[in-house]
Amino acid sequence: MNLLHDILFDYTLRSVTLGCMILGTVSGVLGSFAVLRKQGLMGDALSHSALPGICVVYMLTGEKTPILLMAGAGLACMIAAWLIIKLVDNLGIDSGTSLATILTVFFGGGTVLLSVIQRGASANKAGLDKFLFGQAASLTMDQAGAMAAVGGFALIVVFFLFKEFKVISFDPLYARSIGINDQRLGALLTGLLVLAIVIGLNTVGVILMSAMIIAPGAAARQWTDKLNKMLLIAAAIGSGCGLAGAIISIQVEGVPTGPAIVLCLAAVSAISVLFGTARGYVWTQKRRAARLAS
Amino acid sequence: MSSGAIVALTAVLIAASCALCGVFLVLRRMAMMADAVTHAVLPGLVGAYVLANGPNLLAGLVGAAAAGLLTVWLVEVLTRSRGLKEDSAIGLVFPAMFAIGVVVVSKWYSGEHIDTDSILFGQLEFSWLDHFMFQGRDLGPTSFWMGGGLLLLNTIFLAVFYKELKITTFDPQEAECLGIKPRPMHYALMAVVAMTAVGAFSAVGAVLSVALIVIPAAAALLLTSRLPLAILGSVGIAAIGSLGGHASALKFDVSIAGMITVILGLVFLLAALISPRKGLVAQFFRRRTQSRRFAAEMLVVHLLTHEGTAEEPIESAYVHLLDELEWSPKYAALATREARGRGAILMVGDNFRLTASGREWARDLAEQKRFMPA
Amino acid sequence: MNPAVTVRDLTVAYREEPVLWDIDLDVPEGTLTAIIGPNGAGKSTLVKAMLGLVHSSSGMVRIYGRPYDQVRQRVAYVPQRGEVDWDFPTDALDVVLMGLYGQIGWLKRAGKKHRKKAMECLDQVGMADFAHRQISQLSGGQQQRVFLARALAQDADLYVMDEPFAGVDAVTETAIVKILHELRSQGRTALVVHHDLDTAPEYFDRVVLLNVRLIADGVMSETFTTEKIRAAYGSRVAAIAQ
Repeated sequence: MNLLHDILFDYTLRSVTLGCMILGTVSGVLGSFAVLRKQGLMGDALSHSALPGICVVYMLTGEKTPILLMAGAGLACMIAAWLIIKLVDNLGIDSGTSLATILTVFFGGGTVLLSVIQRGASANKAGLDKFLFGQAASLTMDQAGAMAAVGGFALIVVFFLFKEFKVISFDPLYARSIGINDQRLGALLTGLLVLAIVIGLNTVGVILMSAMIIAPGAAARQWTDKLNKMLLIAAAIGSGCGLAGAIISIQVEGVPTGPAIVLCLAAVSAISVLFGTARGYVWTQKRRAARLAS
Repeated sequence: MSSGAIVALTAVLIAASCALCGVFLVLRRMAMMADAVTHAVLPGLVGAYVLANGPNLLAGLVGAAAAGLLTVWLVEVLTRSRGLKEDSAIGLVFPAMFAIGVVVVSKWYSGEHIDTDSILFGQLEFSWLDHFMFQGRDLGPTSFWMGGGLLLLNTIFLAVFYKELKITTFDPQEAECLGIKPRPMHYALMAVVAMTAVGAFSAVGAVLSVALIVIPAAAALLLTSRLPLAILGSVGIAAIGSLGGHASALKFDVSIAGMITVILGLVFLLAALISPRKGLVAQFFRRRTQSRRFAAEMLVVHLLTHEGTAEEPIESAYVHLLDELEWSPKYAALATREARGRGAILMVGDNFRLTASGREWARDLAEQKRFMPA
Repeated sequence: MNPAVTVRDLTVAYREEPVLWDIDLDVPEGTLTAIIGPNGAGKSTLVKAMLGLVHSSSGMVRIYGRPYDQVRQRVAYVPQRGEVDWDFPTDALDVVLMGLYGQIGWLKRAGKKHRKKAMECLDQVGMADFAHRQISQLSGGQQQRVFLARALAQDADLYVMDEPFAGVDAVTETAIVKILHELRSQGRTALVVHHDLDTAPEYFDRVVLLNVRLIADGVMSETFTTEKIRAAYGSRVAAIAQ
């Protein structure tokens, strides 16, 4: 009961709760689309690519203004996304190699910039490493507000373009034939995924953000065969695990938030893969047995 | 030997080992699986550290190989049970493995031999500190033994299984017919990758290990399609990347691991530009001449198609190119200039006419491009 | 009267390698036309180029005398079944509803009357009982019929179908043929990529024989001759077809 009281009235916990719920909802919803479009690992590559963006903004402004850091991270992600696609199109390499190359080069560049920043003598120099594994405890109301603004925007776009996003994810050629531009809307979905990534910077961090994108959608898919329900379940799983992980990392000293959230997600995913009512292992086996018996 | 030289040599040894197994990984389109395995070795290392009660190279290698294989197996199970696509399965398994490692390290072992910083960025800078002691004798830096050992492991693995790796990569069905099972080969390769990842991991950290495995191989494969050359080339690129990265990191006083990756990225960029067959520069020029020739080809085939028909006077007029082929005036001019330059067409009044050689060219094209079932 | 489809001098190339060479073609209104040719002949590319789904290097396509973008409402496309991921979380009814997205318009959602229309179309292909079945649990033939129902929902004048008969059961084959005949009796047009030389003369009025270049195009009885099939397929296949 104490915890509930704290969530409602404690300043830190309130912003943490708010932040994690927003992040979980947004990444759950957009991650579901990424999973369905086989772009889950794109999320991994893009989140790592945010690092140099954060560093450059910090080096230019000398401050950690949430919305500017998000903008820098988002810009770096978009450049990375563009490069990943261009490498595949123009060099004839496979998407995995392209992802791995861009991911590591951007992250390596970020590492170099980070070492430059840490060499400098500025007062809050250590602050940036929080973006690696996330630190929910340091989440301020300012940051939570910025997350809410960015995430809210992404969710509104999905709400209004739901059926268009559905048809381009299922059958892009058909979508184009009825006048729904699959390439432009696909780029928009990737852009919204980038928004989901940048709002996760403070809480999950860039390293483990991919789990936040893939796991809720992949787990939700085990429980339902409907896209709208899948998005809702993914949002619930994402925000639930986000919150649980944040609270664990605040309560247990020394555990960064990102890994704590990911472990919660892993547990939920394992349960879903085994017991999910739509495609979980147990139910599929049961159904198969029933079919064989009849 | 100076500490700098030890660090540089360690980097070369480890990068070369990674490059060796990287070529086959890239050819098998498994770069992101490499990403998964380099992350997943962490819980293996941590487990070995806990069990062996301290750092122990051999236990670490075994633990890492086990964790790597567990990851590969989990991905396979999740994919095969129809529940998940491979990329989702990868993206689900390795963050979980990695998170377990990070939590254990940051909760219980923070400040000991491993901490989260060294997990992410490696400890190449400190590789000269540890020396390998045997019966009280100093046998040189541990990192040499580790790097050298891994290079030896990879060289022997490639030398012994070269043929098997090659055939299971390029033609798994043929391999099966010849009695070479692709699956054990797959797991053997992944075990070697996982052990190699231990070296990379300790040098440059979990994320940048992938750079050492994937980028030299990807760059070399841009430059050549001959496998032995690609393998040699990737080792060369790995050496350039690690030496160049080390030197520039010292010069600018920045992270060595980060700088090695950046240099490797630059080498990749250079390869992408100048590769004679796949390079962007070559493509640009090839495409320019190709698209000119193709414009002329379209024109002569078009003329041939309508030659001798009732519509020929309309079809062979210049305006027709704009109206029905929907070419821009610029493109039409390009096509006619090119076709004329090759002596394939003549202008008769307002109409184009094929010359004898133009007709032959068009016939050859029409015949040649026709798809014939075997 | 404008033909349903007019193709003039159409060339499509992937990286300067032509897949279609200077195709000229007319599809008269109210006919059932089969596009026939060996694998790799560019059949699928031809219909995609007509609908602007792939970029063409040169040539003109008119549908009812106008560019495709202007007459999109009058055209329904049935893609190849193998081109989509049937594991997608959706049911048969929902897929058919996609056919109405053009009507529903941006930002709005499908309503009751759209659902009713979609159910009718499912019923037309004999799939009403499977409306709420997850699409991966449908057989190949049933999936094909769902795709057909989605096109019917568009209430188009021209139906462009890519290999609707590939790998389907007898029930589905009959159902598709029945639908094609209904469409023709309503004065609508169908252009169908087809792979089966045996059934082609029975199912269709006209044929387009294709092998990168246009081999022949016309009424079935005049066009579907041994000589022309041989020209499209090479002599051995034509001999077997005989």
